[in-house]
Amino acid sequence: MSELLQFAFSGLTVGAVYALVALGFTIIYNASDVVNFAQGEFVMLGGMSTVFLYGAGLPLWLAAFAAIVIVVFAGLLLNKLAIEPARNASVVALIIITIGASIFLRGTAQIVFDKQLHRFPAFSGDQPIAVLGATILPQSLWVLAGAAAIFGGLYLFFTRSLVGKAVLATANNRVAAKLVGINTNFVMALSFALSAATGAAAGILVTPITLTSYDIGVTLALKGFAAAMLGGMGNPFGALIGGLLIGLIEAMTAGYISSDYKDAAAFVVILAVLFAMPQGLFGRKSVERV
Amino acid sequence: MSTIRNLSPLTATLLVLGLIVLLAPLFFPSAYYFRIGTLVFINGLAVIGLVILIGYAGQVSLGHAGFSGIGAYACAIGPAHFGLPPVLCILIGAALSASLAWLAGRPILRLKGHYLAVATLGFGILISMVLNNEAQWTGGPDGMTVEALGLKAALKAMGLKLKTSVVWYWFSGLVLLIGAWLALNLYDSPSGRALRSLHDSEVAASVVGVDVARYKLTAFVVSAVYASLAGSLLALFNKFVTPDIAGFLHSIELVTMAVLGGAGSVLGGILGAALLTALPQALTLFHEYEHLLLGLIMMLVMIFLRQGLLPGLQAALTATRRRRPA
Repeated sequence: MSELLQFAFSGLTVGAVYALVALGFTIIYNASDVVNFAQGEFVMLGGMSTVFLYGAGLPLWLAAFAAIVIVVFAGLLLNKLAIEPARNASVVALIIITIGASIFLRGTAQIVFDKQLHRFPAFSGDQPIAVLGATILPQSLWVLAGAAAIFGGLYLFFTRSLVGKAVLATANNRVAAKLVGINTNFVMALSFALSAATGAAAGILVTPITLTSYDIGVTLALKGFAAAMLGGMGNPFGALIGGLLIGLIEAMTAGYISSDYKDAAAFVVILAVLFAMPQGLFGRKSVERV
Repeated sequence: MSTIRNLSPLTATLLVLGLIVLLAPLFFPSAYYFRIGTLVFINGLAVIGLVILIGYAGQVSLGHAGFSGIGAYACAIGPAHFGLPPVLCILIGAALSASLAWLAGRPILRLKGHYLAVATLGFGILISMVLNNEAQWTGGPDGMTVEALGLKAALKAMGLKLKTSVVWYWFSGLVLLIGAWLALNLYDSPSGRALRSLHDSEVAASVVGVDVARYKLTAFVVSAVYASLAGSLLALFNKFVTPDIAGFLHSIELVTMAVLGGAGSVLGGILGAALLTALPQALTLFHEYEHLLLGLIMMLVMIFLRQGLLPGLQAALTATRRRRPA
């Protein structure tokens, strides 16, 4: 029992990060129909920038804040220089553009930073807390609370504020949103900024546990993409459930079956779900217009 | 000039391709270039398969390197563990890839757009994970050596003494020409027209009586065989194989090659393969900046030449020709 709980804790921690990456995918996808494969690089940039700013002598909270600003700036540049000029390109072209962006960011990080593994101290120590025979790191609680705060904050932003509602309107129908006077270009930029900030926050929260290096982005992007798909692309609630589920499935597979195949478990589940429910768990049924 | 225009696109493309294969060695300063040429032809073969799948039928796959992995490891494991001749292993690999594509293709190809992308991606990753983890068969992440195909020895027996890389250059060039010829033939055949009708609208295609599911599956299986053959050749040529051949990045590389040159055309696909194969060799000078430049090129081409290099350049050329007074 305590073993199961232990696996569940580690699964939820990683799952919360996947959920945040999936949420980043969802925000951009809703505003622009683009699946941003560079989403994992936002996580990497968030962690790496914090490491180096902290190493340069900044206090941790300031380093983290500055890192988020840097990543938001990178997200805005990505939107302005690569996504906006490619409006109306095909799905494959957009996939290649964002994968190109991801390779580009990784290449840049490798030069600006280095190729080593890095971490910075956990926010409130490394002393594990005992819970019902299992233990949990204080930083894991930070990750879970941080993810909950980001999901909650974005939920309020999208449903309660006028700007948030403008984003939802654009996601629903871009032309109609334009007709009622919403600046859809601003909405696009805003979604990239929010998505980048979400990714950066995930990177900052999890780095003390999993460490970071210039090349962690690809795997995170794949898992986050899979989580978003599992929940149903475009549904933030689905992203949350999808991320947590994939984290839990991975942890259970690693614990009970084989740690070699822990990465496989996530993809087996996704294939199975997609075969049974081609729109994901919570996705809308789409009707093709002729 | 007019006689060239009167040739059918099929003959013209094959002629261009044949001439390139034939004449390129005249400009090779060293044997090393035969090696790069061979790699271009082998990648080109895999890319032709993707041109059929993406360019003709309009279906994305982010997992085709998985089939290259199967083809490659068939040629590595067959001779090492079962004592089979390499030529037979190429066929076994192709048959395995085809049956796997046929089995997995039916449920996968019901999906569309990004769902199709994530399903093929997951499928490819599963294959590469098996290759990574079943170390008693595959040698794990370190890879394994592959027995030579014995081309050089066969030619030597006939009295021809050539360098291995030169032999492989002509052999892979020939295989590429055959592959291109088959794909070009398909383009104008009734099956090819049915495939291309899927690309524009599946609903319209099914209304005029095209069996959508069957044709998608056919394209998937055919492209899997191309990828598998290319994987086998790559393993036999390098005499070494690692699971990277089945990895996500290799899948992306193949799709990028296909789309970079122009996913609709066989020649464009081969051009893309040539660029992305030769580019890293040229960029070894800027080793540090290799990834940065590769990503930059991928973005720039897709933003500014959306149809891909070859159709984009063609359009640019006709535009300038039209502007000039005749």
